[in-house]
Amino acid sequence: MQLLNTLLIGITAGSIYALMAIAFVLVWRSTRVVNFAQAGMALLSTYFGYEAVSRIGSFWVALPVAMIGGALFAALVELILMRLLVKHASSGPIAGVAPIIATLGLLGVIRSVISMIWGGQDLRIVAPISNNGFTINGSTLVFSPLKLLVLVVVAVLLILLTILFQKTNLGLALRASAHAPEIARLSGVRVDSVRTLGWALAGAAGAVAGLFQTVNGNGNFSPDSIEFSLLLVSGFIAAVIGGLDSLLGAVLGGLFLGITISFVLMYVSSGLFFIAPFIILLIVLFIRPQGIIGVKAGRRA
Amino acid sequence: MSLNVSNLTVHHGAICAVNQVSLAVPTGKLAAIIGANGAGKTTLLRALSGLNKPTSGVVNWMGQTITGVKPEKLVRLGISHVSEGKSVIPELTVKENLELGAIWRKNGKEMKESLDQVVTIFPRLGERISQRSDTLSGGERQMLAIGRAIMSKPKLLLLDEPSLGLAPLVVEQIFQTIRDLTTEMRLTVLLVEQNAMGALKIADLGIVLNLGKVVAVNHAQALIEDPAVRAAYLGY
Repeated sequence: MQLLNTLLIGITAGSIYALMAIAFVLVWRSTRVVNFAQAGMALLSTYFGYEAVSRIGSFWVALPVAMIGGALFAALVELILMRLLVKHASSGPIAGVAPIIATLGLLGVIRSVISMIWGGQDLRIVAPISNNGFTINGSTLVFSPLKLLVLVVVAVLLILLTILFQKTNLGLALRASAHAPEIARLSGVRVDSVRTLGWALAGAAGAVAGLFQTVNGNGNFSPDSIEFSLLLVSGFIAAVIGGLDSLLGAVLGGLFLGITISFVLMYVSSGLFFIAPFIILLIVLFIRPQGIIGVKAGRRA
Repeated sequence: MSLNVSNLTVHHGAICAVNQVSLAVPTGKLAAIIGANGAGKTTLLRALSGLNKPTSGVVNWMGQTITGVKPEKLVRLGISHVSEGKSVIPELTVKENLELGAIWRKNGKEMKESLDQVVTIFPRLGERISQRSDTLSGGERQMLAIGRAIMSKPKLLLLDEPSLGLAPLVVEQIFQTIRDLTTEMRLTVLLVEQNAMGALKIADLGIVLNLGKVVAVNHAQALIEDPAVRAAYLGY
C-alpha cells in the first residue's frame, strides 16, 4: 500500500512538473530562450486565478481565467521585452545569454510587482474537491479525488496540445518554425507571430501548473512561495531530462522526476527534499546528456 | 520581363557581396546564374526572396516593386525560394514538408490538388509520403525541397544549387525535372549553380557573376561556346 501511495504521489507531482516543463520547452523551441521567469508568470497567473475565485467563487472559472491571463502576459513579454532585447543585443559577447539573464531579472520584477499589488502575505485558493485520500479495504491512500483531478486535467491538456501540434496547420507552423525558421518563412509562415504564440501557450501551461501546485499543496501562496521556487527548479530539470526540445520528453521527464523524488523521500530520507531534484539532474546529465528521449526522437513531438 | 533587377547591392557587414547587379528574366524562361565560390550567387538569390536586405537598388516583379519585402509575403506573390543545401525539415515527414509549402493558402482542396500534382511529378515522394524526411536519400530530399516550393503555386522559382552533393546521374534527373517544370508550368526560374555546364545546358539564358558583379549575360548556348567562359567556368 505504501508503494502504491508513493507511486501515485509521484505521478501527481510529476504531472505538474510536466506542465511546467512543457512551458519551458515551448519557449525554448520558439525562441531558444530558457525562460526563468516562467515561475513568476505561473505565480502571477495564480494571482489572476485567485482574483477570479474570490469574485466568482468557482475554481472552474479561475482555471481558464488564469490560463488566458498567463497566455496574454507571456505574449506581451515576448512581443515587447524579448524582441527588443534580441534586436539590441544582437552582437557582442553577451548576445546569446542576454535574453536568458533578462528572464532572471524579469522573475524578480514580477515577484516585486505582485508584492506591491497583493501584498507579501499568504493568500489561499481552496481546492475544488476533496484532498482527503481514497479509502480501499479500510486503509486510506494519500491519493485523493483532487490528485485524480489534477491527473485528468493534465492528461486532457496534453492530448489537446498533441492534437494541436500534430494535426493542425498551426501545429505544423509551430514545429516548422522551431526546427527551421528560415524554411518556415520561405514557406509563408509568419515566424514572428508563431513565436509569440509559442510563448502564449507556455504561459497558459505554466498557469495550470501554478494553480495545481498551489491546490495540490496546502492552498497557500505568496510572492516568496517556496512552492513556486520548487516548481521552477523541478520544471526546468524535467525539461532538461526530456531533452529540452521535445514535448513528449517534457512529460516523461516530469513523471520520471516526480516518481523518483517521491521514492527518494519515502525510502531514503525526507531531508533530501530540496537536493533530490539536483542530484537526479546531475545523474541524468552524466549518463544521458542528450536527455531521456535522445537527440533524434527528441526533436519530434 | 517579369523579373527586373536594377543596381542591386547587398552587404554582409562591411563586405559587399552583391555589387550593382542588374538583370532581367522574361516570363517562362530559365536563367542560370553561374560563377565561382564567393561570387555572390547565393546572396543575390537571398536578396530576391527577402531573406537578405539589400543596401540599395530595386527589384521589380510583375510590375510591382518588392525590394526588401519579407519572404513570407513574397511567397504570397508567387515567389518560391529553395535555399542551399537540400532545404527540407528533417524532423517532419515528407507529407508535412509538402503541406508546409501550401500552409499559407488555407484551402484544403487546393492543398490536396497540389499534393497530387507533386506526387505525380515525383512518384518517389508518394512512395515515402509518411516517412520522416531524414530517411530520404540526397536526391529524394532535393525533390522534396522542390516539391515543397511547387506546393505554394509559384510563378518565380529561385533554386540554389540543387545539384549540390548529388551523384551525377541524380543531378541529370534533377536538371531535367527543372527544365520540364519550367516549360510545363510556365515558371520563371533563376537557377544558381556551381555545376555551370549542367545548368547552362538546360537554361535559356546565362548570367555570369564574379566578385559580386555581372560580368556576362547571354543566351545559354552562346555562353557555352564563349571561349572566355569555357576557360573560366566550364574547365576546358
